[in-house]
Amino acid sequence: MSEELERLLSPPTAKLQPTPPGPRLRVVAPIADGAPDEGDGESSMAQASATKAMIPDVSPAALRRHDIKHDLLPKQLFAHDVYKSYRKGPVEVPVLRGVSCNVHQGEFLAIVGQSGSGKSTLLHLLGTLDAPDRGEIYYAGHRVDNLPAAGKDRLRNNDFGMIFQFYHLLPELSTLENVLSPLMIAQGALRYWRHRNAHRRRAEALLDMVGLGHRLKHRPRELSGGEMQRAAIARALVTEPRLLLADEPTGNLDQATGREIIRILRDLNHQQNLTIVMVTHDPAVADQADRIVRLANGRIEQ
Amino acid sequence: MYKLLLCWRYLRTRYIALASIISVTLGVWTMIVVNSVMEGFSTEMQNRIHGIISDLVFEGRSLDGIQDAAFHMEQIHKVAGDQIQSMSATVVVPAMLNFQCNGVWMTRQVELIGIDAATQSSVSDFGQYLQHPANREAMSFDLREGGYDLRDHQSGGEAPERKQMGDAGWAHRRETARIRAFQDQYLRKKQQPAAPATTAPPAQASSGGPPSADPFRDPFAGRVQHENVFDSAKQQHTGAVLGIAMTSYRDKTGQDRFLAVPGDDIKLTFPTVGQPPKAVSDNFTIVDYYESKMSEYDTKFVFVPIRKLQELRGMIDPSSGIGHFNAIQIKLKPGVDLNQVRDRLRAEFPPETYGIYTWRDKQGALLAAVQLEKAVLNVLLFLIIAVAGFGILAIFYMIVVEKTRDIGILKSLGASSSGVMGIFLTYGLSLGIVGSGFGMIIGLVFVRYINEIADGLAWVTGQPVFDPSIYYFYKIPAIVVPQTVAWIVLGALSITVAASILPARRAARLHPVEALRYE
Repeated sequence: MSEELERLLSPPTAKLQPTPPGPRLRVVAPIADGAPDEGDGESSMAQASATKAMIPDVSPAALRRHDIKHDLLPKQLFAHDVYKSYRKGPVEVPVLRGVSCNVHQGEFLAIVGQSGSGKSTLLHLLGTLDAPDRGEIYYAGHRVDNLPAAGKDRLRNNDFGMIFQFYHLLPELSTLENVLSPLMIAQGALRYWRHRNAHRRRAEALLDMVGLGHRLKHRPRELSGGEMQRAAIARALVTEPRLLLADEPTGNLDQATGREIIRILRDLNHQQNLTIVMVTHDPAVADQADRIVRLANGRIEQ
Repeated sequence: MYKLLLCWRYLRTRYIALASIISVTLGVWTMIVVNSVMEGFSTEMQNRIHGIISDLVFEGRSLDGIQDAAFHMEQIHKVAGDQIQSMSATVVVPAMLNFQCNGVWMTRQVELIGIDAATQSSVSDFGQYLQHPANREAMSFDLREGGYDLRDHQSGGEAPERKQMGDAGWAHRRETARIRAFQDQYLRKKQQPAAPATTAPPAQASSGGPPSADPFRDPFAGRVQHENVFDSAKQQHTGAVLGIAMTSYRDKTGQDRFLAVPGDDIKLTFPTVGQPPKAVSDNFTIVDYYESKMSEYDTKFVFVPIRKLQELRGMIDPSSGIGHFNAIQIKLKPGVDLNQVRDRLRAEFPPETYGIYTWRDKQGALLAAVQLEKAVLNVLLFLIIAVAGFGILAIFYMIVVEKTRDIGILKSLGASSSGVMGIFLTYGLSLGIVGSGFGMIIGLVFVRYINEIADGLAWVTGQPVFDPSIYYFYKIPAIVVPQTVAWIVLGALSITVAASILPARRAARLHPVEALRYE
């Protein structure tokens, strides 16, 4: 499958700009005529070659090869001293108490901790699903935690892909429609209809990539847990995100299936240079990541 | 796009929501049926009233009438001649009608109307309501030989047969006269059994004794029968057209039973003009029946020739021969504004003496009552749909709760709050479209086959739904007004959308993280 991945994915290029939010995930080779972002390939290549001239080879793979710290890479996502507490009846329960966390471009970061340590909350804050009580979240150099709802919606739809422990597929839609749903949300009915064939090809290619090419018409309840999670990954990738946020992606799967999911994520990270932030409580899973951040009692454990 | 897709899927998988819109369907259905039937009834009624009253009525306020119809028509013509098609003068007077049935005299309180046979049909639908085909062509107060309609010509040939009308006319008159003559003869025989044999022996007669010797002798016996004595087998009195319900009733099967038919004689008693009025009466012969299907008129109106009525009431000026009249019926040209002509005439004629009304003014109270009845019924029926709205609200709330996690998923995928709200509003709208669409189809089909359905119901329950002995129509009149249907459907749609606003707002306001955590 990894060969297939290689074939499907365009060759990764390191684009090291301080401001751009990281490379777009390029998934499908045969992207149709009208597909967006088709035109910027050349310019990004030019940019990449320009940066290459300054810094010889700084792809995460190269970094790994040379055992260089990821801190050299530009920060793609950045939580600065965030606090978050939930109200349970009259009691205010603090979840995060001053957490700062960097996510570098192209890295595979694992956030681990006991349940209740606030790791999922941190992920939600990073993914703009929730707003911190105090502190800021920066994405690609811009503060995002105080964006208006519409801006956050666009960010979640366009720049972030999300995977959940319980897969969270829509039960009324088929696998293919579930994968297409972020595109449907992104585009109005008319525009979606005009590009439906291109969208469909891309979704099918993604499902092929995660090994679900034969389950397009099935409803989620007819799929196994691993298949559902793979469909969820395909859904997260369909808008070509720059960042993948995974909340316990293996939490509900047996070990073998879990490993398979992690392998897909790692392949995406290595071959696509896709930034991945994964929350897990399983050390074995966390070990697959480039870097691990430990949370305990709402603080980063050093 | 996802809104439409999800709506469509919810619509196909959530049957409980479809159950909630059955009441919308029922509401729309009943509203369409009730409105169509009421529209049918009121249109039928208005057509009748209009047909009876003509467009405008120009009337004198005194029962004694106003002199010279021709002069007044000329004056009216001067005011609004270009808009008037025809006019006809009438004399209207309350009267008492007596007719004999099986030897018993029956009395009715009537409104006697003297009309001009030649022009009356040109100002109103009077002619169309008569029972003899020839009278409908050209009205005449002469009794016809026969050939009266056996079936109600206005019902489209579906009415039950009126057997008694079969021998109405001269045939009936001759037969009645023959029977009466026979009865008279029989009675006379019975009263003087063998009288000539005992009291008048030939010997006495030949003696030439004075005839006055016998005190019990018939003083007129020796008189020769005059040529001009009224022979009811060959002659008729002045013709009269009676409202059909005056001498008939309709039994449970819808058959009309007549107590008198054309050819029978009646007596009319009415006041003369002048002070104090005196009652005069005269014999008339029924020459036709008038069936407007408005029971108020069919039980009240008796039409006789205007000239005869003027003579009998003393309304004719002996020196000039010009008669008095009570009212002029005016038929306007098509498309003319009635109220405008009425107002022009009102400005010209002193209101103390003349009342000028349109047919709507004349029946204003009735028409307003029907209108009010329709409005109240619509409000009540619309409440049914409003109740359905609350059902939709409750079920939508449950669906939103059930779909909480899906809402969280959509929001985590970047769906906006308004988008999520749109899902449920669109869902409400599509449920409304389905509900009211079905209601509309069922309603329209119901209206189309309403008489068959009424017959079926009557057959099942054994009770006639539409009792022809109560109503004057044989079929339920129903008129579908497209605008009304559109309004009903629109109203139902807006109620379903309004009912889904609250649940949709709740869905839109759900916090994505809490929604995702929801189990």
